[in-house]
Formats: sequence, C-alpha cells, structure tokens
Amino acid sequence: MAGRELQKSFTGEGLACRRGERRVFQGVAFALAPGGALLLGGPNGSGKTSLLRLMAGLAQPEQGVITWDGGAIADDPAVHRTRLHYIGHQEAVKLALTAEENLAFWADMRGTANGATDALRRFKLDARATWPARYLSAGERKRLGLARLLASAAALWLLDEPITSLDAESTEILLTAIAEHRSAGGCVALATHAPLPLPGAQTLSLAAHTTWRQA
Amino acid sequence: MSGFAALLTRDLRLAFRQGGDVANVVAFFALAVILFPFGVGPDPDLMARIAAGVLWVTALLAALLSLERLFDADYQDGSLEALSLMPVPLEIQVLAKCAAHWLTTGLPLTIIAPLLALVLHFDAAGYPALIAALLLGTPVLSLIGAIGAALTLGARRAGVLLSLLVLPLYIPVLIFGVAASEAAALGLESRPHLLLLAALLAGSLALAPWAAAAALRQAFE
Repeated sequence: MAGRELQKSFTGEGLACRRGERRVFQGVAFALAPGGALLLGGPNGSGKTSLLRLMAGLAQPEQGVITWDGGAIADDPAVHRTRLHYIGHQEAVKLALTAEENLAFWADMRGTANGATDALRRFKLDARATWPARYLSAGERKRLGLARLLASAAALWLLDEPITSLDAESTEILLTAIAEHRSAGGCVALATHAPLPLPGAQTLSLAAHTTWRQA
Repeated sequence: MSGFAALLTRDLRLAFRQGGDVANVVAFFALAVILFPFGVGPDPDLMARIAAGVLWVTALLAALLSLERLFDADYQDGSLEALSLMPVPLEIQVLAKCAAHWLTTGLPLTIIAPLLALVLHFDAAGYPALIAALLLGTPVLSLIGAIGAALTLGARRAGVLLSLLVLPLYIPVLIFGVAASEAAALGLESRPHLLLLAALLAGSLALAPWAAAAALRQAFE
C-alpha cells in the first residue's frame, strides 16, 4: 500500500492563493492517496472554490506546489487535464441541446464516446434523454452536469458543491458513484457545506487558513 | 470523433436550433445594403462605383454584430471553463469556434452578396472576384474577431469595446477586398489583391487561435 501511495498520489504543499488584491488563504497542504477523498470545509469566501481551481490548474497558486505522482501539475497542464473531471457551480449545460447531446459532447471532447447512455441511466435521466435541457429542472441539470463524471473516465474528480439542489435519492446516487470511483483507485476532492458520509475521507477546513480577516 | 469536429458540430447545431442569430446577421446585411440606394439616390453609375465598398463595409459590420456571442454564451453558463479543462488544446477549440462562426455568418453573407450586388448595379465582370474576395476575406473577419471577442470577455459593454478593438484591424481586409472586386469590374487584374487576401487568411489562421486562446486563459484567472 505504501508503494502504491508513493506511485500515485495527489498532494499540495504550502499553498497560498490570491484573488485580485486579496490573499484568500495560505499554508494549505493536502495529500491524497489512490482511493482517497478530501472534504473541503469552511465558511463562504474561505477559498474552497479557489482551492479546487488550483487543483484543476485553472489558476496558479501564489505560493506552493501541487503535485501528481511527484511531478508538479504546472509542468504539464495538458497531461493533468486528461486525468481530471472538474464540475463547478455552473453545470455547463446547453439549453438548446438535448440531455443526451450535452453529455455526448463532453464525452467526445475527452475522446471517449462510450457510456453516455449508461451515465444518463445511472443519474435517472434516461427518461429525459431526448428532452432539450431547457425543460429540465435545476436538480436535473445538476445531475446532467454530474453525469459527465461517469460518461468518461478520469482519475481525479474535483466537485464544487455537488449536492446543491440535489434530492436525497440523487445524493445517494452521487455517493455510490464516488464510492465506486474510489474503490477503483480514483481520488475525489469536494467542497461542501453539508456533512457528507464519505468513509475514510480527510477533512480540510479552510477557515484555519483564511487571511482576509486580518487584512 | 475528434475534439475539433465535436465542438464544430455542437456550435453549428446550437446555431441552427437558435436560428435567429444567423437570420439576424443576413437580414442586417441585406437591409443595410438596401438603405444605400435610398440614401445616395438611385443613380446607376454612382451605385456601380460604390457597390464593392458598400458590400464590404456592411459585411464587416454584419460579422461584427454576431462576434459578441462567440465566446460569451459559453462563458456565462460555465461551458468555457469546462472546455478549457478538456484534453483538446484551447487553440484548436478556438479554431473550431471560428469555423462555426464563419459557416453561420461569413458563408451566408458570401452567398447573398451577389444578389445584393445586383441591386447596386455592380458591374457583371466583377462578380467572380467579388465572390472570391469574400470567400477569402470573411474567414479573416471571424479569426481576427475571435481575438477581440476573447479580450473583451466579461467586460461591461463588451460589444462597443469589441467594435473599437476589431474594426481598425479589419481595414486591410476591407482595402484588398474592395480593390479585388473593383479591379475586376474595371477590367483590371484582381489576382494580386486576392493573393494578398489569401496571405491575410494564412497569417490569421496561424496567429489568431494562439492570441485568442491566450486571451481566454486570462479571462479565467
């Protein structure tokens, strides 16, 4: 197990993030082994989304380094993109396209054209597959966004408030998907306000690292 | 299916489902051109002399009209952020979006331009050069426009800012496009102008995707 951890782990060291004039957090560190889960907590504005964006490579940390397999992700952002799914606040759903077309598009962009139908069924959207997304409810659009996780494979899932506007049943579906992903050796980092039952998950509260109160 | 084809197909599908955008551009082009005979009087000689210029200037403005939406719709709903995290390089994605933009604006404009040229008493000898110049010039409008659209992403009053940024850059296309059409109408050689337009197209094909992708990355920061 120790060897496997060394072989494939996702870590961050001494991370600081600046948004405009404001330093959001500093001194943040995390380490995820294969199958690991990281729950990001902290009040609004404490930098949960900012940290997820750093992990995705959408922004660069002001200080510190994020590594995968021992190599800094900033060294090869193109490779890092192939191994991650980032589901942000917005669902990135095109209202004029059907649910199936939306999902198939994202799978095509990742070069894996399989599994779109299966992913829709898993998230209980198969009855809505041919509906234009504008007729889907907020929760259904959220599920459509999350179905991207299953439509193509990626080792690292970065989820920003994934259970917002999800009902209990859909939350359960997501938790099952996360458990399967972890047992296959995948990692997940998610920002959330609600306590989520993720066995063996590490918790990182950004409240302790916030700097803006002093500024 | 490659990422380029997937994005191109998606953008075309969106354009046809929300057909208004294409129709607006074409209708604007036709109406603006038809205003000129009312504005300057129906003198056939005068019309024939300004026809190429009128067609090019209005085509420029019509293309500009649709540029604001090039990245903005994807920016607003989070798609652009998700796209930037796809394994397909952002430069290739910009190229796909430009191709979709040209197919839904430049190409329809090129198709109806000869009909409008008829209204303006454009000399019959100039038609092949007019069409060739539009075919070479309108993709340049999409490509250069993409840089402006990426730079003004998220700005307030992005449309106005976009026009101020992009219109000066359109001047070379305008000059050689009009020159090619007029030279042919006067019985002169239009080939040098068309070659210069082709050079502009080659140059912007090579440079614009990189510039626009760099500007898009800035927008995410």
